[in-house]
Amino acid sequence: MSTEKSGPTGKSAWRKAYEWHEARLPIVSWLDHSLGTKYPVPRNLNYWWNFGSLAMFMLAVMIFTGIFLAMNYTPHVSLAFDSVEHIMRDVNYGWLIRYMHANGASFFFIVVYIHILRGMYYGSYKSPREVLWWIGILIYLAMMATAFLGYVLPWGQMSFWGATVITNFFSAIPGIGQSIVTLLWGGFSVDNPTLNRFFSLHYLLPFVIVGLIFLHIWALHVPGANNPLGIDAAPADKIPFFPYYVMKDVFGLGVFVVIYFIAVFWFPNALGEPDNYIKANPLQTPEHIVPEWYYLPFYAILRSIPNKLLGVILMFGSILILFALPWLDTSRVRSGNFRPVFRIFFVTWIIDVLILGWVGSQPPEGIIPTIGLIGTIWYFIHFAVILPVVGWLETPKPLPASISQPVLQAAE
Amino acid sequence: MANTAHAHAADAADETRRDFLLHTTAAMGVVGAGMMVWPLISSMNPAADTLALSSIELSLAGIAEGQRIKALWRGKPVFVSHRTAQEIDEARKVNVAELRDPQTDQVRAKKPEFLIVVGVCTHFGCVPQGTASTEVRGEFGGWFCPCHGSVYDTSGRIRRGPAPLNLEVPAHTYINDTTVRIG
Ligand code: HEM
Ligand code: FES
Repeated sequence: MSTEKSGPTGKSAWRKAYEWHEARLPIVSWLDHSLGTKYPVPRNLNYWWNFGSLAMFMLAVMIFTGIFLAMNYTPHVSLAFDSVEHIMRDVNYGWLIRYMHANGASFFFIVVYIHILRGMYYGSYKSPREVLWWIGILIYLAMMATAFLGYVLPWGQMSFWGATVITNFFSAIPGIGQSIVTLLWGGFSVDNPTLNRFFSLHYLLPFVIVGLIFLHIWALHVPGANNPLGIDAAPADKIPFFPYYVMKDVFGLGVFVVIYFIAVFWFPNALGEPDNYIKANPLQTPEHIVPEWYYLPFYAILRSIPNKLLGVILMFGSILILFALPWLDTSRVRSGNFRPVFRIFFVTWIIDVLILGWVGSQPPEGIIPTIGLIGTIWYFIHFAVILPVVGWLETPKPLPASISQPVLQAAE
Repeated sequence: MANTAHAHAADAADETRRDFLLHTTAAMGVVGAGMMVWPLISSMNPAADTLALSSIELSLAGIAEGQRIKALWRGKPVFVSHRTAQEIDEARKVNVAELRDPQTDQVRAKKPEFLIVVGVCTHFGCVPQGTASTEVRGEFGGWFCPCHGSVYDTSGRIRRGPAPLNLEVPAHTYINDTTVRIG
C-alpha cells in the first residue's frame, strides 16, 4: 500500500491504525465528503437553512425516547392506557421520556413545516432538485403516518376515535373500501389487533424515515444546496460544511433545544388534548373530536366537502399536489426574493393554511364549514392556477451574476 | 473474449434463449414473492377467534317503551330502540323516494317496536348521540353524530349531513319473543 511504502514519516500509532482502517472501510472519508470538509456549501445560507439538521436531530430524539418508552409500554387494550400512566408515575424519569416524545412529535413537525416552507419560498424544489423534493414529501407522509400510529398507542379517547375516523377514510373507496378497513383493523372495529399492529408499525416507520433521509441527503449532494439567492453557486462562492455550517447548526440547535425543553418542562400538555387522558371507550365518542394540531388544515379540507369520497380525495390530494409543484411553478427564477408577485401569493397561501388549521380545530357549525370550503378552494387555486400563471406573467427582479457580486459591488 | 467469432454466429439464437430463461426466472420470482406476501397480508385480516366472537344474544324484556340501549357487538355499539307508536309512525310516513339511501322502515325493523342498528356513523365511524334521552337526537328524533353533524331519523336512516348511508341493520334473528341473536 502506498502509505506504508512512503517510508518513515514519523506517523503516530493512531494515525497508522486509522489509515489501516480507512484503507479497508473508508467511513471517515465518506463522512468527510458527506457532511465535512469535502462538502462545499454556498456561503450565503441564512438561518432558514438550519431546519434540515434540526429535523434530523428531532428524528434521533424520537427514536431514542421511543425505544425507552417501548421498554415500559404494553400494547394491549386493557393495559396500554395504564402502562402509559405507569411510565408517567412510576418509571424513573418516565415523565421526562414521555413528554420529550409527545412534545417531540410536535416540535418535529414545527421544524419540518419550516423546512418545507423554506423550500417553497426559495424554490428549492425546482430543477435540478425535483427528486430531492419528492423524497422530502415522502418523508413528510411517513412522518404523518408515524405520528398517527403513535398517537393511538396511549389508548385514550382521542387515540381511539382518531384511529376510528382516520382508518374509516378508506371506507370511502367504492366497492372494496369496507374490506380494506377490516384488513387494517384486523377485526370489526378498532380493537386489540389494531393496537398491536399499530405499535409494530410505529416502531418500524421511523427507521424507514432514516432510510429516506439517506436518499434525501444523497439527492442533495448531487446538485448541492440551494441558497437564498436561488442562483447556482460558483465554486468560489462555496465554503466547506465543516467547520462553518456545523458550527452554525450547533448554535441553532442550542437555541432550539432551549425552546423545546421549555415546552417539555413547563407546558408539556399545551399541545395535547385533555380527552386523551380518558381511557378509550368504544361506546362513547367525545363531544368534539380534533386531531393533533399538525393535521388540522387537512382535516379542515376533509370536513369542508359535504361528499365523503370527494372530501377524502381532496384531503390526500392537498398533499400529493406537492409532488407536481416543480412543474406547477412555471417561473425559472428560484428564489422568492426576486419574485414580487409570487411573494404576495406565497404569504396569502400561508395565511390560507393557517385559517384552514383554525377551521379544523372548531366544531363544524354555522359559518365554519363555509370558511373551510373557501379556504380549500383557494388552496387548490394557488397550486393549480396562481403558480403557473404568475410564473408566466411576472417580471422578476434582475438576478445577480454571482453570490459575491452584490456584496463586492456594495463595497466598491 | 477468446471465441468472439463463435459467439457472434450464435448470437440471435442465444439471445432469445437467454431472454426466455430471464423472463421465466423473473416470472417465477414474482410468483414466489406473491406467495410470500399473500399470507402476510392475510394475517392482518380478522383471526379465527375474532370471527368466532361475532354473534351475541340480547334480551329485550327489560327495555321499556321509548327507551334505547347500547350493546357491544364485535367491538362496536349496537343501538336497540324500543320505539313508541309516534316514532314508528314518523319512520313509516316518510316518502322513501326522497331519502339519500332509500329504504322503507318495514325492511329495517323486523318488528316495528324494535329497531336494531349498528351505532356507527356511516361517515367516519363515530358513535352518534341520542341513545340516552338526555342526548341530542337531531331534528328527526333519531340520532345525531357530533363528529361532522350527520342526522338520522327514528329508523336510523341518514337524513342530513355528510354520511352517505343509513345506520347498518345487522343480521339478526328473534329466538323468541324477547330474545334476539345479533350476528
Ligand atoms: C418519526 C418518529 C416518531 C414520531 C413522530 C412519533 C410520534 C409519537 C406520538 C405522537 C406518540 C403519542 C404521544 C402521546 O400523546 O402520549 C407516540 C407514542 C409512542 N411512541 Fe412514538 N414516534 C416516533 C418514533 C418512535 C420510535 C422509534 C419508537 C420506538 C419503539 C416509538 C415508541 C412509542 C411508544 C412506545 C409510544 C407510546 C407511549 C406514549 O404514548 O407516550 N416512537 N409516538
Ligand atoms: S363520523 Fe358521523 S358525521 Fe362524520
